[in-house]
Amino acid sequence: MALNQLPKPTPQHSTATAAGGVAEETHDHHDQPPRGALRWLLTTNHKEIGSMYLIFSLTMFFIGGIFALVVRAELFQPGLQLVQPEFFNQMTTMHGLIMVFGAVMPAFVGLANWMVPLQVGAPDMALPRLNNFSFWLLPVAFTLLLSTLLMPGGGPNFGWTFYAPLSTTYGPPSTTFFILSLHIAGISSILGAINIIATILNMRAPGMRMMDMPLFVWTWLITAFLLIAVMPVLAGVITMMLMDINFGTSFFTAAGGGDPVLFQHLFWFFGHPEVYIMILPAFGIVSAIIPTFARKPLFGYASMVYATASIAILSFLVWAHHMFVVGMPLVAELFFMYTTMLIAIPTGVKVFNWIATLFRGSITFETPMLFALAFVVLFTIGGFSGLMLAISPADFQYHDTYFVVAHFHYVLVPGAVFSIMAAVYYWLPKWTGHYADERLGQWHFWTSVIGVNLTFFPMHFSGLAGMPRRIPDYSLQFADFNMVSSLGAFMFGASQLIFVWVIIKCVRGGVKAPAQAWEGAGDLEWTVPSPAPLHTFETPPEFKPTSH
Amino acid sequence: MRRKLALMTGAGSLCGVTPALANGWNMPVGVTDVSRDIHSLHMTIFWICVVIGVVVFGVMFYSLLRFRRSRHTDSANFHENTTVEILWTTVPLLILVGMALPATATLRQMYDTSEADLDVMITGQQWRWRYEYLGEDVGFTSSLSTPRAQITGEEERQEHYLLEVDEPLVLPVGRKVRFLMTADDVIHSWWVPELAVKQDTIPGFVNENWVRINEPGIYRGQCAELCGKDHAFMPIVVHAMESDEFDTWLADRKEAAAQEALGVDREWALDELMERGEQVYNSVCASCHQVDGSGSEPAFPALAGNEQLLSDVEFHIDVVLNGVPGTPMAAYRNNMNPVELASVITYERNAWGNETGDAVQPSEIQSRLE
Repeated sequence: MALNQLPKPTPQHSTATAAGGVAEETHDHHDQPPRGALRWLLTTNHKEIGSMYLIFSLTMFFIGGIFALVVRAELFQPGLQLVQPEFFNQMTTMHGLIMVFGAVMPAFVGLANWMVPLQVGAPDMALPRLNNFSFWLLPVAFTLLLSTLLMPGGGPNFGWTFYAPLSTTYGPPSTTFFILSLHIAGISSILGAINIIATILNMRAPGMRMMDMPLFVWTWLITAFLLIAVMPVLAGVITMMLMDINFGTSFFTAAGGGDPVLFQHLFWFFGHPEVYIMILPAFGIVSAIIPTFARKPLFGYASMVYATASIAILSFLVWAHHMFVVGMPLVAELFFMYTTMLIAIPTGVKVFNWIATLFRGSITFETPMLFALAFVVLFTIGGFSGLMLAISPADFQYHDTYFVVAHFHYVLVPGAVFSIMAAVYYWLPKWTGHYADERLGQWHFWTSVIGVNLTFFPMHFSGLAGMPRRIPDYSLQFADFNMVSSLGAFMFGASQLIFVWVIIKCVRGGVKAPAQAWEGAGDLEWTVPSPAPLHTFETPPEFKPTSH
Repeated sequence: MRRKLALMTGAGSLCGVTPALANGWNMPVGVTDVSRDIHSLHMTIFWICVVIGVVVFGVMFYSLLRFRRSRHTDSANFHENTTVEILWTTVPLLILVGMALPATATLRQMYDTSEADLDVMITGQQWRWRYEYLGEDVGFTSSLSTPRAQITGEEERQEHYLLEVDEPLVLPVGRKVRFLMTADDVIHSWWVPELAVKQDTIPGFVNENWVRINEPGIYRGQCAELCGKDHAFMPIVVHAMESDEFDTWLADRKEAAAQEALGVDREWALDELMERGEQVYNSVCASCHQVDGSGSEPAFPALAGNEQLLSDVEFHIDVVLNGVPGTPMAAYRNNMNPVELASVITYERNAWGNETGDAVQPSEIQSRLE
């Protein structure tokens, strides 16, 4: 029944003008969307769905952030003060799951929803109803996941990597619900990825070749292929867990002929590309923002595309560097060490390209640019520790310590999360028609940048000095580093309230933005009015290839 | 102002690394040849990263300052330069090859477990370690000895808080010791930073690693792989002794084990069993079932007032010897000797208000184990 009420999908430009009458009728339909909640439940508009993704992601960012603050509060001092180890483990696990699957991934999908059609000159996503379905799967998945915290025995407590047999034979009763919620989130990601690929490959403005696409579009295209390749592997491995838990199989139990290490191989075959899923779109965002505020074309457009593709291909060949101490044969250790080290090369090319873009530019430092520049510096620091971790013999000391925690938070927080914030500041004028409050934005930036470094930089030291990750209590020599980390975490958490304030303020009003909100910006989204009307590019734009 | 701050943040991040040389901030050099090699690999790659960082961030911050709009209004328009692009692809490649060579050599050395003088079996259990000197009939369990009151803050925390055990692993200096590593329940990871040994212990599989310690001393580490509730509370202490001192220690332990084996055949009094049982219980069982036998539902049932156990001694013995499949309760038949098994079962049946009066005899357990 609900299906009947769905608005007709936005016509694609090939048919839009075929019969004037039909097109007219479709328009009338558009102008009267269902009111109230139904409008949001049934919308097939890429901008509305994009906004919903972003709001969902921000909500999850705060929920996952509160879990992180529970962890940091317990770790403020040695000893058990606030929570018991059982609950602590649920907090670390849920923090990871919510941030990866609920905050970072949906934020990038939300940005893709908003910006990919605008950047390729398409009127909407290729599959608008599927788009609606992809989004609404997420609240279902994450309500289910969060509800496990209230179940007997508690929620998932085995780390976001849920290694068997801790998560199977020894997992809490709620693990089956955890598996179901991950399945639902996974379907959402796969459908979203299909939609993005279909849009990019089929709906570019006439004249826009692949090598004319903005890098955000390119990186998302490659990311979407990664998603389609690895989400089914995740689905497979959690289904095997489901069988082990409920149907008496022994995929991951040695006593029944299985192997716990098989779990890790499957998980990381998904998991390593997954971490690039969370960083490639960030590369695209930064590659849009830096040229805009340096007022100079991106250096090495083609090499950026090739570097992204190389990173994506290599991401399938490095998974076991997460498993250097599980007892792999020497040749496997060597293979995965070498392939992992190779990733430094395309990643380095990207950083060099961004810096060459800055060189001899005419640079200003608005909030989006500040976040993008912090991204370049801090992501590179995360890259350095990544290179150190790639050295397999040294990883025997680094593995599963706070050094690893420092490393992946550097690439994920001032990496992925800062890029998302940069994107929000960069595109808010297009979304709302107003510039974000520059003074508040700068406050948000500086408190975030200081908070993030206070939180994560000391973790390098506590890790090298010997502190394992995922422990609720620690020996006294790590006390100072942990106290600094906890103070930094609360500062970073509080500074995100400024972010929410900026967004709300910007939606309500502010300095009016013209279509071309940033003078140095060059892509198609800046040719439509600000705020972008509900329907854009119903007639395909003229695309003139630029210098790249 | 803004840009000055940006510069300071960047510089601050770099300076922050320098004190990593100080003690307690950095990876320990350790007391084996391998740990020294690993430490030098670590410092080499670290300094390479620092140099690259200084160059890259140097150029970046120079550009940000020199080409800010107030000083440089007309931006250039170049967007390619084949020479520099080839250069910044090949130079990093050469650096990586230079790093990979020593790393490969060290790794080959770490993987050479041949020709060991002594074999020690290490078994991870939730949440303690079991050590067996293979071929010597000596084995024991090593558990956290930090009192609970220090964890909850009722007592002052001591120097080796959470890094102290009731019985350390004793190893000889100068001999090659091979570790055979496995686990009984979930995956654990045995890690002592000063020895640069970190190896996952995987239920159902045996991993190998080795160590030749150069200096006597006490070296502390802990479980590195999340293994459930008390992951933070299963430390490792290695006591490295001079070779002859170690031989004496091992001979004493063999003698003590032989003595205890003799005790299997005699009749034990309830009090004796209770005394021994309390030791065993607090070392092995209390982390899950609690010191007062109250358990931690739903995973770890209470033993105090547990009717199912108390009404059926056969069932009780079966649970302890063979475990309960599909639950965290492991089988202890191979982890303890008959005296320990009999005394801990007796203790559980007569402590915390449990008053069955049963004195389970070691000889009875012995006959079941055969």
